[in-house]
Amino acid sequence: MEQKALYDYLLLLGDNSAILGQRLGELCGHGPELETDIALTNVSLDLFGQVRNYFQYAAKVAGEDATEDSIAMLRLEHEYKNSLLVEQPNRDFAYVICRQFLFDTYHQLLLNELVNSKNDQIAAIAKKSIKEVDYHYDISSTWMQRLGDGTEESNKRLQDALDFLWRYSMELFKPTDTEIIMAEMGVGPDLETLRPVYLERVKDIFLKSNVIAKEDAIFQYGGKTGTHTEYLGYILAEFQYMQRAYPNMQW
Amino acid sequence: MNKDWPIWEIFIRSKNGLEHRHAGSLHAADAEMAIQNARDVYTRRQEGVSVWVVESKHITASNPEKSGELFEPAKDKVYRHPTFYDLPDEIKHM
Repeated sequence: MEQKALYDYLLLLGDNSAILGQRLGELCGHGPELETDIALTNVSLDLFGQVRNYFQYAAKVAGEDATEDSIAMLRLEHEYKNSLLVEQPNRDFAYVICRQFLFDTYHQLLLNELVNSKNDQIAAIAKKSIKEVDYHYDISSTWMQRLGDGTEESNKRLQDALDFLWRYSMELFKPTDTEIIMAEMGVGPDLETLRPVYLERVKDIFLKSNVIAKEDAIFQYGGKTGTHTEYLGYILAEFQYMQRAYPNMQW
Repeated sequence: MNKDWPIWEIFIRSKNGLEHRHAGSLHAADAEMAIQNARDVYTRRQEGVSVWVVESKHITASNPEKSGELFEPAKDKVYRHPTFYDLPDEIKHM
């Protein structure tokens, strides 16, 4: 029972990074500037490095034939536990930055708690990841302000992105059964306690970026329990293609 | 309005104690972004411990057409290299 909950928890942690990493990877060669292209693909690579740590550990917990690759590549859509936020498409650069900022702020708060996890392995992964994520936050929070406080056009686009993405932000703080068990065991944080700090931080940046989060947003939930938006299937079609077409391939 | 970001010259110190060396150039809207971009473009493989950025327009370069008068007069003055001293044998690494 505890092993199952731990396994599911590792998927919850890893899937957010995997799907966001894949979304950012789509920008490789397409970033608006060469420099931002490299910055965002660096972030993607950081995230995949974290995914490998989580899934190598998950494979050990699962035992049998599980490997980091089979966990990453061979699950079905409803078995992915990433939040709805990270699967949202790269509609334009403002969407990319806004999605990243909403996630990075959460990710930073989460990892700061996980370094004190009673599970040594998770604490070690968090400790290694936190410097990377601090930098991701630097990039996304400064870009929020550049776009929001830039031209009329860039402000409008950022506001559009926030209007669309904000509805997915609160799912990050609504604990699933797995996260409740992990919090009780001292492995993970009580997500509800992170919410007020999150709101304070993001609203500070929204203010500096001249954008407003909708007060009457209808928040969407489901990704963490496997009910995804239509976008995840398309992401997985590309993400899993090589392993599906050439089972067990390596390079 | 020019929509292209200005070019910045990037200098990286690879280790404490060594000097900053020119690594290359990149585009950025301002100095803060230039530092971030330099970090991502030039230090992804842990090449540095410190970064300087200077907007390229602030660098004054010597005129290539004047290379004759600037540099050639030094050509036949080899004695300006400190190589004409007899060093005692005990002194190494000179």
